[in-house]
Amino acid sequence: MKANAPSLVASFGQARNGPGLLFMLPAAAFLLCFLAYPLGVGTWLGFTDTRIGRAGVFIGLENYQSLWNDSVFWLSVFNTILYTVAASALKFALGLWLALILNENLPLKSFFRAIVLLPWVVPTVLSAIAFWWIYDSQFSVISWVLMRLGLIDAPINFLGDATNARASVIAANVWRGIPFVAISLLAGLQTIPPSLQEAASLDGATSWQRFRHVTLPMLSPIIAVVMTFSVLFTFTDFQLIYVLTKGGPVNATHLMATLSFQRGIPGGQLGEGAAIAVAMTPFLLAAILFSFFGLQRRRWQQGGAD
Amino acid sequence: MASVDIVDVRKSFGAVGIIKGVDVEIGDGEFVILVGPSGCGKSTLLRMIAGLENITSGEIRIGERVVNHLPPKDRDIAMVFQNYALYPHMTVADNMAFSLKLRGAGRDEIAGKLKPAAEILGLTHLLDRYPRQLSGGQRQRVAMGRAIVRDPQVFLFDEPLSNLDAKLRVSMRTEIKELHQRLKTTTVYVTHDQIEAMTMADKIVVMHDGMVEQIGAPLDLYDRPANVFVAGFIGSPAMNMLKGRINPSDAMRFVTEKGGVELPLAAPAPDSARDRDLIYGVRPEHFHQSAHGLPARVVVVEPTGSETQVVIEVGGEELVCVFRERIFARPGDGMSLEIVAAATHLFDAATGARLS
Repeated sequence: MKANAPSLVASFGQARNGPGLLFMLPAAAFLLCFLAYPLGVGTWLGFTDTRIGRAGVFIGLENYQSLWNDSVFWLSVFNTILYTVAASALKFALGLWLALILNENLPLKSFFRAIVLLPWVVPTVLSAIAFWWIYDSQFSVISWVLMRLGLIDAPINFLGDATNARASVIAANVWRGIPFVAISLLAGLQTIPPSLQEAASLDGATSWQRFRHVTLPMLSPIIAVVMTFSVLFTFTDFQLIYVLTKGGPVNATHLMATLSFQRGIPGGQLGEGAAIAVAMTPFLLAAILFSFFGLQRRRWQQGGAD
Repeated sequence: MASVDIVDVRKSFGAVGIIKGVDVEIGDGEFVILVGPSGCGKSTLLRMIAGLENITSGEIRIGERVVNHLPPKDRDIAMVFQNYALYPHMTVADNMAFSLKLRGAGRDEIAGKLKPAAEILGLTHLLDRYPRQLSGGQRQRVAMGRAIVRDPQVFLFDEPLSNLDAKLRVSMRTEIKELHQRLKTTTVYVTHDQIEAMTMADKIVVMHDGMVEQIGAPLDLYDRPANVFVAGFIGSPAMNMLKGRINPSDAMRFVTEKGGVELPLAAPAPDSARDRDLIYGVRPEHFHQSAHGLPARVVVVEPTGSETQVVIEVGGEELVCVFRERIFARPGDGMSLEIVAAATHLFDAATGARLS
């Protein structure tokens, strides 16, 4: 039996997958430490009554039961869905429009493309602070301009009114998210050979028909990828809300992520905060599954390679 | 069907001229090939007919209609692109029917036009496939099918065979030619391959550097090239060209510059040709072995089976000859050759123009 030990090591080294597994170890360790472990601990916390400074005990689904009857939690779910749907739809529409414009032969093309990326390059917190000033109830530049033009009499209460606050944070998120959508779709547009557009125009297509029958179908795989990411980013957004409204006024802009933080860290109820965070997973999973089936290669992309 | 008239058409990007005044008349039902080396402007000219490029000045007429400012979709033309430009997300049938659908044709009308076109091109069993699932030759046929279904006034082909392998290219050449004989639609075809031009065209337009060098039937260009460029471009292997002058004492003889070899002319040189630098041209197949001919030395022998290509050296110049018979000479061997005087050409060295 003793003689077997070294030969086992040797056979491991010679096995086809042996070195491969070895090379994957660092990545696996990284994923385990920084993804799987926090996720596991978070999920576990959701089943306990842990508070800051006090280890909790397992309480089963009690946290989820109390959330089920918590109107603030349900308001945050509604807010998150509204925020995600409205912001993603706007980002898609405006991003696609920008991408189509940037794909034309404009003068100073690369300059404009660089400009479009700016909102994405600026750190979120910085741009959020800029928006905070733009939305200030007294010193807002928008109110100032509109008052100077004589369109309104008093400053707009951007962040103090529930409807205004929702619209404002959505607008800020859209501003920040457009570059990602626009540049990704622009990259997609550039993979469409110009001769296809030329062929379509010779076939008698108007520019709308060219867009509808050639550009859009060929862009659809990239649209699916980009919008999945955009939805995931928006659904889990935290920084913008936290800087602009902290969830106010009266929870009107509280998202699940901000509520989870609010209950868990300042509120000290780690277990409940974790439960709210875990409650986001079914939505995220649904989005991922949707994209997984949406992203499956279309029939026309399969078959003989060039 | 319609004629296409190109009248003094020019195109320039800023100060750089791409097309420098081109006049071509294309008759109704004619098969015209624009041929020339890369960058001569032939594809640009085709795209100008299609409406994909702007015209700086001049006039293009399809039928009797000036189309200078008509968008491509209103010109009633169909084009086959070099990369086929099939819509990858549509089946073969949808690709071919796309223009009909845009026109608002009903299902019966589409089926009625699709079926015969697919039959002509042998695509009937491929109608449900996507372009990715087709071979190069099949894609080529679909691209042609898309053009045929439209029943346009003019077909345009932009180097349609250059992505195919040599064997397929030859058979597609025949197919396109047969298609034209069947449909009799006016066709403008661009290629850089002079063999394609020679074999397919009713009329060839040789272009070079944005200008038309010569227009004519294939064999006219071959037998009477208008200038040195056409003489060198049409024909493979290329025409042999030798620099020299007319023999001052015999207007029927040409003397090469390098070796002072005397060569026969088709006709007495005109007086204007005397005391000028000239270029003497003779095609490779116009050499015969003869006991009393020019003394030559064999450099390379290349048998192809049907004929033998021999590179010979005469008076310090290397010439290419093609013989129908088999030649068993070895490099270094002597050879005695006679030139078919009636088939020789004479050009002005300064202008390149033919001297007849």
